[in-house]
Amino acid sequence: MIGVVLFPGTNCEQDVVEAIRHLGGAADIVWHGDRRLPSAIDAVVLPGGFAHGDYLRTGAIARFSPVMAPITEFARLGGPVLGICNGFQILCEAGLLPGALQKNRGLKFLCQFTDVRVETSATPATSAIPPGTVLRMPINHFEGCFTCSPKTLDELRGEEQIVFRYLDNPNGSIDAIAGVCSSARNVVGLMPHPERATHEMLGSTDGGRVLASLLAAVAATG
Amino acid sequence: MVFDVLVEVRLRPGIADPQGATIERSLPTLGYDGVTGVRVGKAIRFTLDAADEPAARAEVEQLCTRFLTNPVIEDALVSMEPGR
Repeated sequence: MIGVVLFPGTNCEQDVVEAIRHLGGAADIVWHGDRRLPSAIDAVVLPGGFAHGDYLRTGAIARFSPVMAPITEFARLGGPVLGICNGFQILCEAGLLPGALQKNRGLKFLCQFTDVRVETSATPATSAIPPGTVLRMPINHFEGCFTCSPKTLDELRGEEQIVFRYLDNPNGSIDAIAGVCSSARNVVGLMPHPERATHEMLGSTDGGRVLASLLAAVAATG
Repeated sequence: MVFDVLVEVRLRPGIADPQGATIERSLPTLGYDGVTGVRVGKAIRFTLDAADEPAARAEVEQLCTRFLTNPVIEDALVSMEPGR
C-alpha cells in the first residue's frame, strides 16, 4: 500500500490517492502527527500543497512533523519515498534530498503544463520509463527554482541523481533540474504534479507513468 | 537573563536573489542611481531567557542552523543585547 501523507495545509493528497487507485494500486492517507507508519506501507508519497502554511520557508516546519521520523527511518532502510512539489520541498528541508528550492527566477507563481525529460530509469519513480522520454505534466508553484552548491551539482551529475529536467526551464532551476533522487536512489522529489496528468480529461496521462513506475517498483520488491 | 535577539536571515553569497535584483533594477526609474548590491532577507526578533550570554549565543546558533535558516542557501547574522 502507498501511504500518502497529509500535513495541515496539504491539498493534493486526495488527487494522489485517486490517481494511484485509478492505476489499480492501493493508497491511503497517513496523518502527519502519527509517530509510526502503518505496517502495510511499502512506499510513501509526500503530496503537494502548503504544509503548515509554508511559514518561514516551504517545508521548514513540516520536516519536524512527528511522521517525518518514521519516514526518515523508512527511507534509510531503502523504502521508496516520492515527494511531489511541496513534498519535494519538505524532503529537501529534511535533508533526505540534496539542494533547496527557491522562489522562481521570474518571481511569478507558475501554473501551466510543462515538458520534462526523464534522465534515468534507476529510481522507483521512473523504473518503467526509458531515459529520454519526455513527459507532459503540470507545475503549480512559487518556490520551484532548484538550487545547490557547485559541489553538490557535480555529485548529482556524476552519480546520475538528476531524474527529471525541464525542456524550457520555466522557473530558472540550476541545470534545468525538475527532480532529483537521493544517493541511495530510493528517495525522489519533483516539482511537476504527476497525479494531475493521469487522465485524458486532465490534458495528459504522462504523470500516470511516474505513479505506475512507483507501483511497479513496489511490486518488484514484494 | 533575558536577551533581545535579532536574527537576520540572508542568502549566502553567490546564491541568486531574484527579489533583490528586481528591486535594484527598479531603483533608477525612481531616481536612485547609486544603489547596488541589493539583497533581500528576513529579520526575526525574539526574546530569549538563558543563563548567560554564551549560553544564549549557543542556543541561538543552534536554532538558526536547525530551523531559522536553510544552510544550503542561507546564513544568519545574530545580534543580541540584554533585554529589559
